[in-house]
Amino acid sequence: MDGNSAIAEAAIRAGLRCYFGYPITPQNELTEYMALHLGRRKGCTFLQAESEVAAINMVYGASLVGARAMTSSSSPGISLKQEGISYLAACELPAVIVNMQRGGPGLGSISAAQSDYFQATRGGGHGDYRTIVLGPCSVQELADMTMRAFDLADKYKIPVMILGDGVLGQMKEPVDFKREAPDVTPTREGALMGARGRASRVVKTFTSNPSELEEINWSLFRRYQLIKKNETTWDTFMTDDARLVVVTYGIAARIAKGAIKNLRAEGLKVGLYRPVTLWPFPDEPLRELSKNVKQFLVFEMNMGQMIEDVQLALAGQGEVSFYGRPGGVIPTPDEVGRVMSRLYYQKGLRS
Amino acid sequence: MKLIYSRPKSLKKAAFHYCPGCGHSVAHRVVCEVIDEMELQDKTIGIPPPGCSVFAYNYFDVDMAESAHGRGAAVATGIKRACPQIIVFTYQGDGDLAGIGTAETIHAANRGENITTIFINNAVYGMTGGQMAPTTLCGMKTTTTPYGRDHVIEGYPLRMSEMLAPLDGVAYIERVAISSPAGIRRMKKAVAKAFQTQIDNRGFSMVEILSPCPTNWKMTPAQSWKWVGEEMTQVFPLGVYKDVMEPKHAD
Repeated sequence: MDGNSAIAEAAIRAGLRCYFGYPITPQNELTEYMALHLGRRKGCTFLQAESEVAAINMVYGASLVGARAMTSSSSPGISLKQEGISYLAACELPAVIVNMQRGGPGLGSISAAQSDYFQATRGGGHGDYRTIVLGPCSVQELADMTMRAFDLADKYKIPVMILGDGVLGQMKEPVDFKREAPDVTPTREGALMGARGRASRVVKTFTSNPSELEEINWSLFRRYQLIKKNETTWDTFMTDDARLVVVTYGIAARIAKGAIKNLRAEGLKVGLYRPVTLWPFPDEPLRELSKNVKQFLVFEMNMGQMIEDVQLALAGQGEVSFYGRPGGVIPTPDEVGRVMSRLYYQKGLRS
Repeated sequence: MKLIYSRPKSLKKAAFHYCPGCGHSVAHRVVCEVIDEMELQDKTIGIPPPGCSVFAYNYFDVDMAESAHGRGAAVATGIKRACPQIIVFTYQGDGDLAGIGTAETIHAANRGENITTIFINNAVYGMTGGQMAPTTLCGMKTTTTPYGRDHVIEGYPLRMSEMLAPLDGVAYIERVAISSPAGIRRMKKAVAKAFQTQIDNRGFSMVEILSPCPTNWKMTPAQSWKWVGEEMTQVFPLGVYKDVMEPKHAD
């Protein structure tokens, strides 16, 4: 199954009630799968919105009344959704947003890229907020993380972004869906439903009192700290004896893994460190790793974005190099392997 | 003694922050009266916009959820699609509905979303201090048209009711005015009809309310009410623009 369709199927099985989308390459399979399968499910809604802006605000509406709601897009469309994401974050509303990244800036290219890391992990909209960002690297992970994304969103009342890319969306792999779709989609407790049997409630972001807003910001921040403590995840591959560790995520990690296998066959002690949650960024385990590893290579399909988180995490422990290809160019394992090999010998790690 | 007038149950016991003569407090009260009379208080969600009426949530005693500027119709769409049993109304100003939210409004109307829009047209951006709105009259002075709106530069006032009425998804549209007690009574009938349209699943309903903004118009309340009736209605004629229940208004 292709990655885009796998996300859609996983979302339906996670109890998705409302999907609002807008066409953009390379994620159209997701929207089309929803059109085919979600809209005909009892009580569920598929709607092609008039714009990305409308789609994310429809998600906001559906989330207000406790439905599991989702939208998906690719880079230029995600830019348009930022307003809505900021409001979702401010109102503490769960939602799942999928970004199958393509080359940028501007209309860019339709080929896979990782140029939206900053936008995704810093909170691309206005205001002091965070969203959980998950970085899958296989079709199986797209499915698993979609289910996890809905659970995290509900648990912490926060928008969760799945940061994929055009290759992940288009490529086909076997996938095992670990849940069956529920007969009745869940409704979140505490949602607005009309004031039956209780006092009326208000969901708002605006306050004319800065102290009140400051307290809201503190409250959000405390939850973000909790998320960082509980939900930070990462993956490693052959790091135990590694002298050079490649730090990379998503599809780039798949490419790097291929290169590492080849270099290991040649006797080079190289390993992989892969953040799975991009926010919260897994900084402590990386710091831990730097007790034994002094050479790091950050590899991204952009001009260098996650490298800033790596440098912050390492805080000067170990030397950080970078290799990146922006614009939708997809490097081969051989190409990345040559970069790793050259660095390995330059830094005298062979002896 | 017979009680003939009291505070509606769904209007909170809070003093309005609106300026003297402002149409919002009248419109709030009328909508609340209708909500009470139709027994909708416990099944309604209202969507206030950014603008003076962002504080509507301090007055309406129903579930309220603020929308981003102009996105009311999209938010209402999300609510109604997820929970069709909820009665949803957006409360939007002219900048919100006819400016930044034009696309959301037109498409929600065209899809026949089963929602109700209360559209307050006072021809200015109120909360930000009286700038030109899409509905500002030609020649009218605002802080961003200090020499008067010139159609050569700023275009013409946008007539949303006329624009939306021909759309197939629209079930009911009426334009009323807060300029006289009779106008307010007419407004109440229109609001009730709009909610009934939604209850009956007929499609998109909207009541456009020409509403005074004495502060930004730099008029007394009495002058502003008169101006609504005498000047605004010239550009924005009152009446039923669409009513699928009454076929004579269908076009």
